Amino acid sequence: MKRLLITAASVLTLTASPAFAQDMVVTNAKLVIGDGGAPIEGGVVIVDDGKVVFAGAPTPGQTFTTDVVIDAGGAWVTPGLFATVTTLGLADVSAVDESNDITARETPFSAALDAATAINPTSQHILVHKAAGITRAATSMMPSGSIFAGQGAIIDLDGDAKPVMQARAFQMINLGEGGADRAGGSRAAAHALLRSALREAQALVGKPGIPETTEIGKDDEVFLSRFDAEALVPVVTGRQKLYVAVDRMADIRAVLALKTEYPKLDLVLVGVTEGWLVANEIAAAGVPVIANGLNDLPETFEQLGATQSNAGRMAKAGVTVAINAESLQNPRRLQQVAGNLVALTRMPGASGMDWGKAFAAISSVPAEISGMGGKAGVLKPGALGDVVMWTGDPLEVGSVPTKVFIAGVEQDLTNHQTRLRDRYIDLDESDRPKAYDW
Amino acid sequence: MGALATLASALALSACATTGGSGDTASASDKAKDDAFAATPAGDPVFASTYKPYPNVATAIRGATIYDGKGGTIENGVVFMSGGKITAVGGPDTPIPADIAVYDGTGKFVTPGIIDIHSHLGDYPSPGVEAHSDGNEATAPTTPEVWAEHSVWPQDPGFSRALANGGITALQILPGSANLMGGRSVTLKNVPARTMQGMKFPGAPYSMKMACGENPKRVYGSRGRMPSTRMGNLAVNRETWLGAIDYANDPKAKRDLGKETLVGVLKGEILIQNHCYRADEMALVLDMAKEMGYKVAAFHHAVEAYKIGDLLRENDVCSAIWADWYGFKMESYDGILENAAFLQREGACVVIHSDDQNDIQRLNQEAAKAQAAGARVGIDIPDATVIQWLTYNAAKAMGIADMTGSLETGKMADVVLWNGDPLSVYSRPEKVWIDGALMFDAMNPKTRPVSDFELGQPGEGDVK
Repeated sequence: MKRLLITAASVLTLTASPAFAQDMVVTNAKLVIGDGGAPIEGGVVIVDDGKVVFAGAPTPGQTFTTDVVIDAGGAWVTPGLFATVTTLGLADVSAVDESNDITARETPFSAALDAATAINPTSQHILVHKAAGITRAATSMMPSGSIFAGQGAIIDLDGDAKPVMQARAFQMINLGEGGADRAGGSRAAAHALLRSALREAQALVGKPGIPETTEIGKDDEVFLSRFDAEALVPVVTGRQKLYVAVDRMADIRAVLALKTEYPKLDLVLVGVTEGWLVANEIAAAGVPVIANGLNDLPETFEQLGATQSNAGRMAKAGVTVAINAESLQNPRRLQQVAGNLVALTRMPGASGMDWGKAFAAISSVPAEISGMGGKAGVLKPGALGDVVMWTGDPLEVGSVPTKVFIAGVEQDLTNHQTRLRDRYIDLDESDRPKAYDW
Repeated sequence: MGALATLASALALSACATTGGSGDTASASDKAKDDAFAATPAGDPVFASTYKPYPNVATAIRGATIYDGKGGTIENGVVFMSGGKITAVGGPDTPIPADIAVYDGTGKFVTPGIIDIHSHLGDYPSPGVEAHSDGNEATAPTTPEVWAEHSVWPQDPGFSRALANGGITALQILPGSANLMGGRSVTLKNVPARTMQGMKFPGAPYSMKMACGENPKRVYGSRGRMPSTRMGNLAVNRETWLGAIDYANDPKAKRDLGKETLVGVLKGEILIQNHCYRADEMALVLDMAKEMGYKVAAFHHAVEAYKIGDLLRENDVCSAIWADWYGFKMESYDGILENAAFLQREGACVVIHSDDQNDIQRLNQEAAKAQAAGARVGIDIPDATVIQWLTYNAAKAMGIADMTGSLETGKMADVVLWNGDPLSVYSRPEKVWIDGALMFDAMNPKTRPVSDFELGQPGEGDVK
């Protein structure tokens, strides 16, 4: 393999470009670190052995031996986006039941469900979203037969044989209207089910494999099997994060109050439409939020206070805020939501985020919430070499990646959509039908 | 019984008074004498618009970049509106009277009011509880007799969000897509009102909603009734059209609300808005329309329109589309970002629509995504043309392009002043005028409409 000794600050015209490279240097970038700071003009990123070893303004005299040098030509370069919460890899077509592993209404299991066992790394949704600059995601089933969605996974989107970075990274439950409905019809039922489940789990701490816990059931329905109770042991002991989906102010408070009963719970709030009404309490509790980005309608009675300024107001109060991909038409709209948060800073009476904070809300902040702090969503020494080059400002609608690297490996951005695009670049069938055009 | 009879005759009298205003006084009066129980004759206006433009002051915007809605751009332009109409549009030298309100548009942009051809606001309002689910009369596969306007809840907070964040000044409310023939649409001015009639767009034609594909066959097939297949969809449609043709040819036929709608379509008075994702199904619908003698105004959710841009151009049919929705149902599997650009390349009519209470707040951003996708494959579409997708083209496909949808002298003064390039994520409507009345001003909190539902609730009057 040909190696180049480069000086980062120097003009680089020679490149050696093996198809598969783990060492690379990107120069002349409008560089976004992802930590909330402003872009750096003329920035350099150095990736060695799949990890970032340097990202920032070049230091005179700095040298590095590399396989590949990429002159970004002033283009925006960012860390890969981190999408949370998603269902990436769990369905081909969500409305086609046969292809959909997102929900499992008929299963007797709930908390024990493990999304990692169902991830399809070559799902078109993964390929499409990789091409949109998302390199890592927290992916989870959604609550269907129970208040418990099951255990979510942290995945990468490189489409290789090992999509799962961390299995069983978090448990997710709904304690709002959705949870009430699934628990039997009342929020009180959902809270009773959660507490009884945690009590069962508490009883099982340190006693794996003892098959004597009673099932919680009603008629023919099993609400919590032994297997589910065991799956909650890491939750009740604080070793696994508990993502709680709620929107209403009162429900948010009820979740924060769980910490007094179960002090070890490692809580994350999801949705949180009315969070701005209790932003100080959330901040004081130190609980991070994965917030619905632009919801501003009272679509339910638990979202009466909805406003696009929710995320900005919470952030201003000191809450750690990431944007919830699950609230979007599709996760590739994360950049659009972040851009809208910036737009709000220009609107009288509204709260948004400055550019750097808005970008962080779809990169480093969700990564930190997912336990990937310093590893994903940020270009800092030691982080995974997920580097994206863009056609323009990555928060502007219409900007897309021109290159995506995951752990230093340049990704093929081809997918079903790009193949359709290439086929229908014209409608010429004078020679052969379109079926021969591939 | 006595009370009921009194009520009925009072209604007949009031109907008589109404028709009297439409210039058909003699026959209506005669009919009232002969038959005290006669309904207003078919075709006469019913549920008529009571909307009147709100008081407005003569206003000009100076120094902005103007997209006129028909593909034109004026830099450093002037828009002058008075009496609810566009009075003048032109360059910096366009004369304006001295004693009017003038806004400095330097660095800002002006477009016609944004128009959404596909909305369910009011029919599926917020909060989206079961008691509010009024968009699909999913009890029979063809319900041309239902009118979406009879489900519109004017207190839906979604209207105000569409105004404030999306610059929406007019929108078409369609029945849902459970049925092959879902019923009549209604076009509304996006003005708050106590009644649907207070929003109804004066002079807008009706459309009828039709739906291809998965939804009708799923909804009825799952109940063990026709249609359960795509071929069943076509068969039920064709039988229904044949019935309408027979009705139209039978002068003695008893009034039938559904067939009146269908005959309105055959006469060209009522437009067809056809939910249809797949290219092959659109082609079938076009042939069915030829067979039965009607015209399709627009295919909605036309995710695969890009595969038949030539056919759609030849048939003069618009495609009302999203920018990036794909893959959520089987018939959306082939959605691509280049759909709009490929249609534009073929010279076919593009409309960007929402079908969504959130996306209606950002149609400008959706259009920008579609524009950028085109640019990446060498299809450069000017900004002013992209704005046309959301304004004039939508108006054209709704049959209101002679009244709104572009900034032309004499048209309704439906105008948005944006605080920056409307095709940028960083821009928002700063002011929105409807028929010349300033209905939203981001600089003035008291111009945020607050629906009855929101009063006394968390966030009443908040920025949304």
